[in-house]
Amino acid sequence: MNSARAPELLKPASMRFILLTLGLGLLLNLLPWSGLALSFRPDFVALALLFWAIREPRKTGMGAAWIMGLLMDMADGAILGQHALAYTLAIFAAIVLHRRIQRFTLWQQALHVLLLLLLLQSAMLLSRLFAGAVFPGTGYFLSCLTGAALWPPLSLLLQLPQRGRPDPDSVYSAGQK
Amino acid sequence: MEAPPFFKHGPSPLARFVFFAFLSLALMVLDAHQNTLNSLRQILSVVVAPLQRLANAPAEMIGRTGGFFVTQAHMQNENAVLVQRQLLLSAQLQRMQAMQTENAYLRKMLGVRQQRGERVVAAEIVYAGRDPFSQKIIVDKGSNHNIKAGQPAIDDVGVVGQVTRVYPFSSEITLLIDKDQALPVEIVRNGARAIAFGHGQDSTLELPFMAANADIQNGDVLVTSGIDGVYPAGLPVAVVSKIERNSAFAKITCMPSAGVSRHKQLLILIGEPRQPAALADQAGMGNADGSKAGASLPRRN
Repeated sequence: MNSARAPELLKPASMRFILLTLGLGLLLNLLPWSGLALSFRPDFVALALLFWAIREPRKTGMGAAWIMGLLMDMADGAILGQHALAYTLAIFAAIVLHRRIQRFTLWQQALHVLLLLLLLQSAMLLSRLFAGAVFPGTGYFLSCLTGAALWPPLSLLLQLPQRGRPDPDSVYSAGQK
Repeated sequence: MEAPPFFKHGPSPLARFVFFAFLSLALMVLDAHQNTLNSLRQILSVVVAPLQRLANAPAEMIGRTGGFFVTQAHMQNENAVLVQRQLLLSAQLQRMQAMQTENAYLRKMLGVRQQRGERVVAAEIVYAGRDPFSQKIIVDKGSNHNIKAGQPAIDDVGVVGQVTRVYPFSSEITLLIDKDQALPVEIVRNGARAIAFGHGQDSTLELPFMAANADIQNGDVLVTSGIDGVYPAGLPVAVVSKIERNSAFAKITCMPSAGVSRHKQLLILIGEPRQPAALADQAGMGNADGSKAGASLPRRN
């Protein structure tokens, strides 16, 4: 957890790996969660999108967020555009704040992510309330807490492929300094 | 004149955000008010459906292996219970056949239209809907099994809900307890008609628009009245559990008879909905979309 003092230099993530994590996130969201587990389930797609928006804002962005949002809308049987709008909003905020968030340690980052996830859930709640739904209770926001708690381990996991010794012969190696 | 930018960034984040936000809002408005986005849903389902099947595979496998290791004693017990129940049911069926012929004869004499025998499809619940704002379940039969939007779903005890969206191999059933779901009911005791609405929050139904002095008691059984032409008449719906007669309208809460959380199978009635005479006449005169089985009642928003 020394990322604040001596930021580790990481290799750039490959596009293929980013797409893979987004797909895996969608798969995790689609697992047959129900009941209590469902209200605690973190939104894995949102976490993956947030991670890449903060880590590699040039490679993913609001377009990817919007498309993943549409897929989630379809999968959840929600109003089309509900997740899309919320994801776009959260990723916009993440991209604006990404330089600031990168400076913090993983647990401090998790607090930022908690706020971003709350923003995301509130956007979904508002759009549904406008469409005539009833408020499902404060348990609706539980998934933000688990999502934020999952941020540090998830970040370490998603950084793994970018770690490791850079190839000294490669022109593009990231570790040269 | 401005110098050309050194790095190419494309539109600014704010511009992108505004663009995508407007796109989402437009989609939401279109989707909430009309059914024009079905083709987009079909396209998206091509991507999501295989992933969904993949995600369900582990749980299904666990269920199957679990089923394989059921003890013999358990099976024997269950078998004994089932044999007993089958005997009971076949006795009831015999009586029912006699009653059906008698009923058909009486109906013919009365000149009432023949009630069609219902065709059913047995469907298995794949998963409960994940949307916390609505009460839906997804089942494993779709348009390839003659299922259409609007068809009612029942279990062995009573009405479960109505098919609202159909995909090739799955369909979405909105439960009775969903806030947007309404169905016409009848009190068995005195034949009084009412409309039951889902409550949305807890799994109960409400009977609004009943006068405070209406003849209704705790424990009254509600069945479908059949006047909507979607649900066949006489299916158990709910039991009245609480009545408050404080204002001009009574606040009546009912517990649904059918339990979706209890088992995994349910039946979808795929027979053409029988239209009441008045509605059929209207459709014939105004050439209204008579085949559209989508809405039994105007949705309450």
